[in-house]
Amino acid sequence: MLPTIMNYIINPLALIIPILLARRTTNSPKRKIIGYMQLRKGPNIVGPYGLLQPIADGLNLFVKEPILPSTSSQILFILSPMLALTLALTLWAPLPLPSPAADLNLNILFILALSSLTVYSLLGSGWASNSKYALIGALRAVAQTISYEVTLGLLLLCIIILSGGFNLETFNVTQENMWLILPSWPLAAMSYVSTLAETNRSPFDLTEGESELVSGFNVEYAGGPFALFFLAEYANILLMNTLSVILFLGSSNTLFSPELMTTNLMTKTALLSILFLWVRASYPRFRYDQLMHLTWKSFFPLTLAMVIWHLALPIALTGLPPQL
Amino acid sequence: MNLIIAFMLMTTLIPMALMLISFWLPMMTPDLEKLSPYECGFDPLGSARLPFSIRFFLVAILFLLFDLELALLLPLPWSSQLPLRNHTFFWASTILIYLTLGLIYEWQQGGLEWAE
Repeated sequence: MLPTIMNYIINPLALIIPILLARRTTNSPKRKIIGYMQLRKGPNIVGPYGLLQPIADGLNLFVKEPILPSTSSQILFILSPMLALTLALTLWAPLPLPSPAADLNLNILFILALSSLTVYSLLGSGWASNSKYALIGALRAVAQTISYEVTLGLLLLCIIILSGGFNLETFNVTQENMWLILPSWPLAAMSYVSTLAETNRSPFDLTEGESELVSGFNVEYAGGPFALFFLAEYANILLMNTLSVILFLGSSNTLFSPELMTTNLMTKTALLSILFLWVRASYPRFRYDQLMHLTWKSFFPLTLAMVIWHLALPIALTGLPPQL
Repeated sequence: MNLIIAFMLMTTLIPMALMLISFWLPMMTPDLEKLSPYECGFDPLGSARLPFSIRFFLVAILFLLFDLELALLLPLPWSSQLPLRNHTFFWASTILIYLTLGLIYEWQQGGLEWAE
């Protein structure tokens, strides 16, 4: 009985609740960092050095009145933020940190498949809001996300061929001698940019283009549902960064101290997240046709060539990974 | 019950609980202005169901085709371990070359032009 409760209830909660709280704890340093990059101080009033600001923000959002527009499709309007957060949290289950909450054999395939479902929540929220701004923002977001997913999938396929299987734990073994970023740094660079685009993050944040569309697909959301969308976005960002670290900057699992690997992984995740922020503070937003040009005309042909390269070279030089 | 199903159940219940809290906790005073769709303060001009834009449809079709190609290439980690590796490489590169030819044709005909 007790093992069952531990496994099925406490374990998932132990993974989910810190993710939900991660936004509360990391949002404050994040805003301070962006503030200092823009030569201003971030929030510094609410707590000591402004550290309690995100908690105040969270309470703020949940206490404000959520709006259900009279002309919206109500069920879809309510379901979309729930879908977004459900997917963002479920995607954390198969990540090996170093032992995953749900040990699947085809980890990466599961993650790729579920992350493709997030477009439904974008589309649903834009359509259900029954507002032109929301619809245009949602269409742009969907087109952007699906375009970058193609290149992301092919890039991950390249390193999966190098590593030997769809299981993320084989990546730990693969990277025991050297990080995979060294042999496949073009793939790492392209996949980092693709994860920036997947999570609708600057400089690809057209969908929330505040100067153009006044918050894009979530213009009609207020209060709690808005909070759910942003929780989902932060969980997605952390997830993509953790995935990039596991794939490219891996750390090996030392058998008697798995906490060492977890700390190692999460430190690198934090560094990659700071890089996300740095990029956000540095670059102006892409124009939409530039964004599409980047993926279909720059990344995609290069990715196709990379697949043939990563398939041909290991076969020719008998460097294929062992089959598990 | 499977572990991943239990996990998904948990991740469905928690957002549901959060939505319930957000609709029951605050004080709701709906009025006509708050509930109307937002258009910079004006009354909305025309219906929000926009006419169909062919560019987004084209991007969706491109995604469909290339994602199916990705699906065809997914067995590569296993198939590259087969005894006759040359065959695997030959067929995989055939698929890729056909699709590259398709991409080249599309590019030439201007389909990626304003793929916005």
